[in-house]
Formats: sequence, C-alpha cells, structure tokens
Amino acid sequence: MSGSGGSGGSSGARVRVAVLDYGAANMVSISQSLVAAGANAVVAAEPSDLAGADALVVPGVGAAAPAMVHLREQGLLEPLRDWVRAGRPCLGICLGFQLFFDASDEGDAGDAPTLGLLAGRTVALQDAPTLPHIGWNSVEAVRPHPLFAGIPDGSYFYFVHSFAPVPADEGVVVARTTHGRPFVSAVASGSLYGLQFHPEKSADAGQRLLRNFLGLAAGDRPAPGDRPAAEVA
Amino acid sequence: MLARRVIPCLDVANGRVVKGTKFVDLTDEGDPAELAERYAREGADEIVFLDITAAHEGRGTMLEGVRRTASRAFVPLTVGGGVRTVAEMRDVLRAGADKVSFNTAAVADPDLLTGCARKFGSQAVVCAIDARRLPTGAAGSAPAWEVVTHGGRRQTELEAVAWAIRAVELGAGELLVTSMDRDGTRSGFDTELLRAISSQVRVPVIASGGASGPDDFVAAVRDGGADAVLAASIFHRRMHSIASVKAAMAEAGLPVRIVEEAVS
Repeated sequence: MSGSGGSGGSSGARVRVAVLDYGAANMVSISQSLVAAGANAVVAAEPSDLAGADALVVPGVGAAAPAMVHLREQGLLEPLRDWVRAGRPCLGICLGFQLFFDASDEGDAGDAPTLGLLAGRTVALQDAPTLPHIGWNSVEAVRPHPLFAGIPDGSYFYFVHSFAPVPADEGVVVARTTHGRPFVSAVASGSLYGLQFHPEKSADAGQRLLRNFLGLAAGDRPAPGDRPAAEVA
Repeated sequence: MLARRVIPCLDVANGRVVKGTKFVDLTDEGDPAELAERYAREGADEIVFLDITAAHEGRGTMLEGVRRTASRAFVPLTVGGGVRTVAEMRDVLRAGADKVSFNTAAVADPDLLTGCARKFGSQAVVCAIDARRLPTGAAGSAPAWEVVTHGGRRQTELEAVAWAIRAVELGAGELLVTSMDRDGTRSGFDTELLRAISSQVRVPVIASGGASGPDDFVAAVRDGGADAVLAASIFHRRMHSIASVKAAMAEAGLPVRIVEEAVS
C-alpha cells in the first residue's frame, strides 16, 4: 500500500503512528523520537484519532488503576482492545506494556484489572536493591526477534518503574533484565509488542528499536533509515 | 546491573548555554538543544538543563529551550531553575523534561518536594544541594558542610547531610550534590561530602562541582559513593570527552554504558 506513483518520495510513505494520550505528562519525547525514527506521529486522545493510523503506541504514565479509568473515560478502552485483537501493530511502553496483561498489583486494593490481551499479571519487582528501578540497565535476549535487529545483545536501555509483568506464556518473552531478580523487559506476540524500558529515552539503541518497530508495522518493508528530526512543534 | 551515569550539565541563561556557575564573566557556549544532541550522540546518559536566570519573565524562553532540547536528545532530561510550584513543574514535564530539580525553592518551602512527589512520583523529583565546607573546629573533628542557596550567595542554617536526609524523607528521589568549594575550580569532587551524604540515603546521589578529568569521575563513584557524575565546562570545552571519561570508569571496574559511535 505504498503511495501513488509519480514524482513524490520514492522511499515509501512514513508509517502513521497514533500515540495514545490518556493523561501522560510527557507526550513530547515519545512523539518526537518516533518522528526522528521515521514515523508520522499523531497524538490520539479519542477513538476517531485512530482512523488512518498504521500502528499504535501505548505509552506509560503513573499507576495501572487510574490509567484504566482514563482509558475508559476517553472511550479508548474498547478501540484499543479491538485494535490488538484485529492483529494490528501495537507497541506498549512501560505502564502501557503492563496494561496488556490481565491484572496489576499496582492498585489501591492491590488488584487492578487491566486489558487482558496477554495472560499474566503485573507484580512488584522482587528483591530489588532500589525501588523504583531507575536508570540504564542491560537487556538480555531470550530469543532473537526483529524488534532488536542490529542491537547488540546486552545493550543498555533506560528504565523507570517499580512493577513488571509476569507472562503466563513463557513463549511471548523476548528479553529479560536483572535488578535484584530477573524480570521480563520485552515481549512479542504476533503484532503486539511490549517494552518495560523507554526506547524514547534510550539514545541510539532506542531509536534503532523504534525504527525496527516501524519496519515491522509497515509489513515487509525494510526499516526506514536515519531521517532528520523534522519539524519541532 | 544499573550503569553509573555520566551527565553533562547545561547552564542556560536567556536560552543560551553559558560557562560556569559563578554568575560573572559569562561566556556563550552554544545552543542547548544542539549541545544536548551532541552529548547524547557521544554517550551522555542524561542531560541536566539548569536555567540560571530563573526569572519569571524568562519562563517562556526557558520552556521553549526545554522543548527544543527534549526534541533532539533522546536521553533523560532533568531541568532545574526557578520552579516553585506543582503547576510550574507540570509545565516543565509537559515541555519534555523527565525530572525537575529543586534547590533554593526547596529550602524555602520543603513541602514543595512532597507536593511534587505526590503528584508526579519521587522518581521525577531531584533535590539539588549546594554545600560549603564549614571551618573545622578541634583537630580531628569530623568535617561538616552548610547548605547555601542563590548560587552560593546566601547562607542557610541547614547542615548539608541533615538536609539531604530530610529532603529524601520529604519526597526527593535523587540528590544533586554540588560542592561550592570545588565548583569551577577543576580540583576534583569533594568525595568526603559525597560519602557523608551517600552513606546516609538510599536514593541516587549525583556528584557535581570540581571535575577536572576522568580520574575524578572514578573517585566520585568509588570513594564518594555517587551513582552519577555531572560536569559542564570540561565537556563544553572538549577538554575531555564523555567516551574518555567512561573508558576510565570501565577500566576501574565500574559498570558504564559504552556506546560505539562513529567518530565524526
């Protein structure tokens, strides 16, 4: 589904990525890093904003329970579920990733139901020397995956979190990271991808990963190469 | 294992990076977004953006500078300078900062740390402590430091270690500790000050003030117990590169994030 012929750009249209805005303070970094990675990023605060998007990014903010409330109030809960169930490309980051699972311990009552798109639940990091786990830590591959193409195993990515999901299906796990005990730092299931770290804050490794995601989202098209940071809002 | 961080600091006045923190003889060192992008490419683990004018008239310029910087350097960004309320912190986060650093405002209104931590999480709240060594009394007495504010121009009654402990209790998730005795002197970090604080708190401590070369970074971590090390002019002036500092840290057995970059 590349653009029409003619004299336009020959490198193919930019992947259109909708970044779900459900109250996050920091939409700037995620949008700008996607643009730098070659995407056409739009902020999606209501269901109609998803129309025309090729891929969806669910960023992270705060705790699971209020995040679910925001998604419901903005009418985004079912569109998000429908999107993923239709097998369309979706990347969850940090809390956005945790929301994919059945439930989270990070709630006032210690039990917040979440999206239920992947089996498992989000629990506090075990035996962590410091909480939250903040900083650059290495991501160790469990299996090769195109999301990490061109990124050396053990590369450092930037983390800010106290909880992490425990998938019921070990088969979805792509990478682990150790802080105290090892936890799952990346998963992939079909076109659904989840990262516990922040690619938008992880310098070149993060940019490469986002380019890989865009490449996967665009089907068999190769990941776009380096592009200028483009317009600043 | 978490990497020890190397952090270039941008002192920004009226939208431009300036040299030093002494408020005199300011020289223009460049555009903050451009410098931040360069440092991120060279392996900076984080960028600290300190608005040293911190005047309310300059708010728009400051936020625009933060926005431009966050749009070009895809590493964590800490912003300090003149943030006095929860609402102002929200504006800075919305402009693209990940953390906000409080200095004079936290001394004047310690509850600010609590209010901001409740609203945005303690991981986003940094307490910056400018400390000056007190004259020692009897021989052999332990060293002590007092907190100074307003860029070192004003004394407080606060003892630095006690203030550090209190700031963490109030909600600070990280401490940026600057030795005002060493700042700008290129005579090495005050590792005694760093150790006195890092041994008493469980949050990360960023060492600042006095960097002259890679060995100082190693000492700040190994002897001072710092989790991160910050410097300004040695990087701006290209006296040392982030890569050379990290290489020295790695050689000393410290975990650091090494990036292989095409030298340009």
